[in-house]
Amino acid sequence: MSEVDAKRKVNKQPNKQPMPTQDPQVRIKNFSEVALGYTEEDAVIEAERCLSCKKSPCRQGCPVEIDIPAFIERIRERDFAGAIAKIKEKNNLPAICGRVCPQEAQCEKYCLVGKKKEPVAIGRLERFVADYEMARGEGTIQKPASPTGKKVAIVGSGPAGLTAAADLCMMGHDVTVFEALHTPGGVLVYGIPEFRLPKDIVRREIANIEKMGVKIRTNMVIGKVLTVDELLQSGYDAVFIGTGAGLPYFMNIPGENSNGVYSANEFLTRSNLMKAYRFPEYITPIVTGKRVAVIGAGNVAMDAARTALRLGAEESYIVYRRSEKEMPARKEEIEHAHEEGVKFHLLTSPVEILADEEGKVRGMTCLRYELGEPDESGRRSPIPIKGSEFFMEVDTVVMAIGQGPNPLVPETTPDLELNRRGNIVADETGKTSKPGVFAGGDIVTGAATVILAMGAGKKAARAINDYLATL
Amino acid sequence: MYRIRSKKVLGPELKLMVVEAPEIAAKAQPGQFIILRENEYGERIPLTIADFDRQEGTITIIFQEVGRSTRDLGLLEAGDSILDFVGPLGKKSEIEDFGKVVCVGGGVGVAPVYPITRALYEAGNHVISIIGARNRELLILEEEMRKVSHQLVVMTDDGSYGEKGFVTDALRRILSQDNYARVIAIGPLVMMKAVSEVTKEFGVKTIVSLNPIMVDGTGMCGACRVEVGGETRFACVDGPEFDGHQVDWNLAQQRARMFLAQEKIADEAHGGGCRCQK
Repeated sequence: MSEVDAKRKVNKQPNKQPMPTQDPQVRIKNFSEVALGYTEEDAVIEAERCLSCKKSPCRQGCPVEIDIPAFIERIRERDFAGAIAKIKEKNNLPAICGRVCPQEAQCEKYCLVGKKKEPVAIGRLERFVADYEMARGEGTIQKPASPTGKKVAIVGSGPAGLTAAADLCMMGHDVTVFEALHTPGGVLVYGIPEFRLPKDIVRREIANIEKMGVKIRTNMVIGKVLTVDELLQSGYDAVFIGTGAGLPYFMNIPGENSNGVYSANEFLTRSNLMKAYRFPEYITPIVTGKRVAVIGAGNVAMDAARTALRLGAEESYIVYRRSEKEMPARKEEIEHAHEEGVKFHLLTSPVEILADEEGKVRGMTCLRYELGEPDESGRRSPIPIKGSEFFMEVDTVVMAIGQGPNPLVPETTPDLELNRRGNIVADETGKTSKPGVFAGGDIVTGAATVILAMGAGKKAARAINDYLATL
Repeated sequence: MYRIRSKKVLGPELKLMVVEAPEIAAKAQPGQFIILRENEYGERIPLTIADFDRQEGTITIIFQEVGRSTRDLGLLEAGDSILDFVGPLGKKSEIEDFGKVVCVGGGVGVAPVYPITRALYEAGNHVISIIGARNRELLILEEEMRKVSHQLVVMTDDGSYGEKGFVTDALRRILSQDNYARVIAIGPLVMMKAVSEVTKEFGVKTIVSLNPIMVDGTGMCGACRVEVGGETRFACVDGPEFDGHQVDWNLAQQRARMFLAQEKIADEAHGGGCRCQK
């Protein structure tokens, strides 16, 4: 299919080299990764679709500023080690980003090839070289600049915190990450399921950051065991807060505290962090009934609906008050959910959860909706249709309607300015109202994506570095 | 890893452990709790802090072996370590000189009520304490409670020690003799519910400490939802102490039964590959 032009071989295939995946009927019975990753051949063929165009607009779409054409060029040359080294100049979590970044809204959105065909599969290529390196042992550990003697505390070991930590460590600072849970990784370990992001990959990426010199302390709830002020008093020159969106929203409808109603955070944390899918080998339980309704249509909702199937649900529903077009989840996640048999009840939302005499969920009273004028989010707002009440029989309900900022740090840091919703106010470099304190990721923006949090961590690392130079 | 400095068997299936956790000990306040995970396969279980020693850097926990996780924990000995130990979590008790107070502890609930009683005593309150258990063997911390109370009443359900009857029997008598500023009650849900019903009759403000099912303990998951005054609260960050007159006790009891079937399976799996002497 590929043709050779005057200078370099360009593959003119209109479509991306397909991603090998587990068969849907097989994968709904296991928690192994759905997307299996490119082979070397796949990767080279896909890399040959890149025009290596002069402007390389893809780069403007990358929050962590990866030199995308340069790494793809190395893949073309089969210099896979060179390709990953190029990525790692900017991104310390490539195996994770290659899997969970919404590339369609970032680098691939701007790809020149994508004007008329499918864009180059930049994400899949990133994943390929990251996996290539992991499969061959430890790979290269970046060597930090000589020590500056400055100490930085990072609160939270999710994508924002890990990125800030790695970058600050590279700049020669002495970095300690404080994590509240028993395993570092934040949403990468408690939220995103094994079948989308294997925890072994997360563990290895974090181990590489530790090998660079970053110290990680788990079981440390900042705001409780130590406050931000105490960190500053105990010798840290700066603090970065990346505590994420750790407070689940509920709908505040009757019956929501019935047995069998979970927040998506609880449902996913039980399964992912506590490994309840391997109960009773791991002794944290999870109850998934026969018919599970997940309320919401973001990535978290798709993760929950697909997890429910794997835990043995016969029916797994996405219940969403808008239409398919407004669903905030990535297209790929929605497609995977469809393939696996998740059923979509769109323009529908519960108004009450009904329980049996033991308090267990037996169903929901739902309303049907139609779309009206666009609201402040730019999406057409759902309007309930009068008299459209109907009963939906379910025995488990998972609320995946978003999350607010976790209050533990803001509550105990009095001079930190917050917005109306309780998010920390920070400028684009992460600077907060409190000297020496920076913040980034979901705690500032509200729930968003892994890569945006990483971008915020990266910017904050630069700002912290500048700040430390003034001390 | 958090080393167990000492262990004491307080009664049948009732154990005390002093755990080395200096950073937590430095910050712990009466009313707060810790979450521990004994090993890689374990659950995260919340336990209210029974005591803390800032000098020694230790936290004391007292637990009843009611299921798989607490039974596994009970198998550890002094010198062993607990994999994860995190805290202090939750809000601290409100401690001031209220005047006359009654502290009520039932069963293993005497453990968390002890540091609160001590703090209230030291703050200048006139403290009457009532502790109770099903029988003499299950009664804990009698001497400790006696030292921090102006008067201590001991109740056992079967009359094997102290007075025969429930803590509510003693409470009703005490409240009818004098005016009290508040009652603090910690124990099984049925006991706290019964205490709250009695104190409501007398119009005495009542603080209870809820210990619902939790996972992270930092507000992230909402497993610990309780309804207080008609509003949903997270016990881990909004509590664990709430106004007993406002708590929806039926809901709390219902939610405590959420995983009963699974708890049974986990318990039966116990003894398989573990170190338990069957």
